Amino acid sequence: MSEDTLSTNTNRRYLLLATTGVAAVGAVGAAIPFVQSWQPSARARALGGPIEVDIGKLKPGEILRPVPAWRGQPVFVVRRTPEAIAILENEVENLADSDSADSEQPDYAENPHRSRNPEIGVYVGLCTHLGCSPEFEGDAQPKPFDSDWKGGFFCPCHGSKFDLAGRVEKNLPAPTNLRVPPYYYETDTTLVIGLDGRVA
Amino acid sequence: MSEVTEKGRWVSRAIQWVDDRLPITATFKEHASEYYAPKNFNAWYAMGVLALVVLVIQILTGIWLTMAYVPTGEGAFASIEYIMRDVEFGYLIRYIHSTGASAFFVVVYLHMFRGFAYGSYRKPRELLWLIGMAIYLVLMAEGFFGYLLPWGNMSYWGAQVIVSLIGAIPYFGPELMEWVRGDFVMSGITLNRFFALHVVALPLALVGLVFVHVIALHHVGSSNPDGIEIKAKKDENGVPLDGIPFHPYYSTKDFVAIVVFLILFCAVVFYAPEMGGYFIEKPNFEEANPLKTPEHIAPVWYYTPFYAMLRAATFPFLGLDAKFWGLVIMAGAILIPAALPWLDRSKVKSMRYKGWFSKIALMGFVVSFLVLGYLGTIPPSPIATASAQIMTIVYFAYFVLMPWYTTIETTKPEPERVTH
Repeated sequence: MSEDTLSTNTNRRYLLLATTGVAAVGAVGAAIPFVQSWQPSARARALGGPIEVDIGKLKPGEILRPVPAWRGQPVFVVRRTPEAIAILENEVENLADSDSADSEQPDYAENPHRSRNPEIGVYVGLCTHLGCSPEFEGDAQPKPFDSDWKGGFFCPCHGSKFDLAGRVEKNLPAPTNLRVPPYYYETDTTLVIGLDGRVA
Repeated sequence: MSEVTEKGRWVSRAIQWVDDRLPITATFKEHASEYYAPKNFNAWYAMGVLALVVLVIQILTGIWLTMAYVPTGEGAFASIEYIMRDVEFGYLIRYIHSTGASAFFVVVYLHMFRGFAYGSYRKPRELLWLIGMAIYLVLMAEGFFGYLLPWGNMSYWGAQVIVSLIGAIPYFGPELMEWVRGDFVMSGITLNRFFALHVVALPLALVGLVFVHVIALHHVGSSNPDGIEIKAKKDENGVPLDGIPFHPYYSTKDFVAIVVFLILFCAVVFYAPEMGGYFIEKPNFEEANPLKTPEHIAPVWYYTPFYAMLRAATFPFLGLDAKFWGLVIMAGAILIPAALPWLDRSKVKSMRYKGWFSKIALMGFVVSFLVLGYLGTIPPSPIATASAQIMTIVYFAYFVLMPWYTTIETTKPEPERVTH
């Protein structure tokens, strides 16, 4: 009798475990559509296609305005002066990631000027800290936020500073350099942002 | 005479009819007329009921706002202007709701401070305290989701900054961020889902948690400014000697508190609904613009202490970058009060009988919270960052050093019975 009770109990516990296990698997399965529903929708993905920008009128030392948007994100397109390019090559000791080892960019932008062409820089205009859009402060002159400013981008939200190649200064909240989006030159004065090269 | 008896009999028979089917009399006795609360409550003990009043105000005005609000990227900003200009009394309902959000945090912070000062979190109220912490977290999320809905430029960029925090989580942060937004940037898709969370999911959770909070409170009994248990001394009927029935004693007293609160609340709603940019920030009168960050981003005042701590992390540590530590510090600062029941090792519960170390630590905590709250509203500068770093240490010291300073200090003896 007592043995019967024991085996009933063991069986009951076994059945309970098995049922709970099956129910848990079912619950996970049922959760999938709800979780997946939060992913970017087909329409959102389609709207994130490449864009074309004209840089024919962009003067040295300036940023392309109005700021174009790729995937809804602002893109900074700057034309650097020869002096600015020299600064990019020489002033590197104050940078957190001067050779862009930890930063996000296509292979063709893994160089001191972080671009296909030293003169033109293309960067996603969102701070790598918390996604504010930094301000373009292109001129090399003292600023309220930096008495020894060499030109670049300043994020007003949390004070991160980037040079004209989007490289971040040391000991500031932003961990990495500004992202470089994939882009290529369709013509000398037309950039396509969002693709690495012409699609065959 | 006979008419009165006849009528009385009719009423009592109706009540009896309901009681046989639903225990209304028993429930009323258990939670009001025979719920014994300590007789030495002071004004600090009115904050709980005020939070309940604000919850009702928010639910009521919130339902009315959804009747004219359009939760899309194209329509949201315009629908807020429509509510403000064209909907009858729309401006008033919206201002009550936006002021209610701030009022909620005022009373909840005071309610929590009461707990800090009188040791309301101590045994046997640990779970009551944890349920309260859960309410606080849901409330913070509720405020955050709601703040995006007007689709002003500060709404947009404030939400962008907070959602970007998720990106600081190592490995799957960036993907998680995209999943939360449902897009590559904050967009109408994000707005639409935040709306669903703000008006359906979180209010349901909030009401449920508040119910559980009250049930747990009535099970363990209210704390009091002396931090002693009134249930320890009972009369022959099992009624605490220092307890008085919640109804009618505290229900009437609470009405006084509610009236005073509503006078102040209405003064703000009528005369300073934007509170000089602290309740509704100035850049929010401009529509959300994904290409232009406002010159200076600051969250609404009730998040600024934690925002200042987030910004205070400026250097990498243990091979992880500053951004990740900012997230850890901010989350830690919000969550650490949950550990209070186990950090406080004092022989006494109330600040009235604790020693100088506890008093200084609590004062340090209050000062750090207020200073951080201010620092979170101003633009970053080296001196502001340094001050925020010092104040972050003071804030955490209150909690982390508590097991030490509450054991070594000399305390005063607790009284046998409550004092006034």
